[in-house]
Amino acid sequence: MLNTIPTDWLYGLGGGLLIGLGGAVFLLGNGRVMGASGILGGLVDGSGKSNMAERLAFLAGVFLMPVLLYPMFSDVDTHATTNIAVLIAAGLCVGVGTRLANGCTSGHGVCGISRLSLRGIVATVFYIMAGGLTVVLFRHLLGVI
Amino acid sequence: MTRMFLALIAGGLFGAGLFISGMTDTSKVQGWLDVFGNWDPTLAFVMGGAIIPMAIAWLLTNGRKPIVGGEFPAPPEPKLGRNLVLGSILFGIGWGLAGLCPGPAVASLSYGGWPHWVFFAAMLAGMVLAPLARAQLDSAVPAE
Repeated sequence: MLNTIPTDWLYGLGGGLLIGLGGAVFLLGNGRVMGASGILGGLVDGSGKSNMAERLAFLAGVFLMPVLLYPMFSDVDTHATTNIAVLIAAGLCVGVGTRLANGCTSGHGVCGISRLSLRGIVATVFYIMAGGLTVVLFRHLLGVI
Repeated sequence: MTRMFLALIAGGLFGAGLFISGMTDTSKVQGWLDVFGNWDPTLAFVMGGAIIPMAIAWLLTNGRKPIVGGEFPAPPEPKLGRNLVLGSILFGIGWGLAGLCPGPAVASLSYGGWPHWVFFAAMLAGMVLAPLARAQLDSAVPAE
């Protein structure tokens, strides 16, 4: 049966389990919600001064594990656009939006939905719908991405 | 010290998961969002896989304390404000445009090449500007 399931889905499921495990360690160990935008945002806007080191340690882990894993996988390509205007616009939207909403895919999506948080569920519905419409508009109608 | 170690382990698991799941590949994320194109359901498996251990973790918080001490985060108030909705829409637009969100943006910095650094810098700038945007919104139409 396993060979009828696309490999990508299995890697997705396995990687997803690791992501959830990371969130579980951060919650049960440190009593903190694993939200990437909150951890990063608190570092750059000064709101996270009291636990700067914990934020940096977490981010170091996120950055460094792929450094170790990268040589073990072949053909890793992120297929990112090289359109600088798109990259800057997208980055600004993600930065402002996630801080305004107080969460992103990890905080609202993974940590929120798993505790059946209404805010997490509503946020996830809105960012997925907005993302879907954006891809339809900019890929199929405008042909930019 | 335990706190730093656990944060590093948690971040490492998160980073490994993002890398292995394919979520740092922008074409997979945009493929999931592209319901009218060649739809890629991988993200649903990632989300599903991540929610299982996380839901168990939330259940385990009952009647316990975090290992390093302190308290577990209280449940958020079920209040759906304007900032939650507007912020999520804005985030979704950026997510769709580049196929990157904050976690994968950090995880892919070492191997994604310069476009990832441009996105990352713009995202940090957005995070610095966010309190201003919030204040502007609040002065235009007071929240709630």
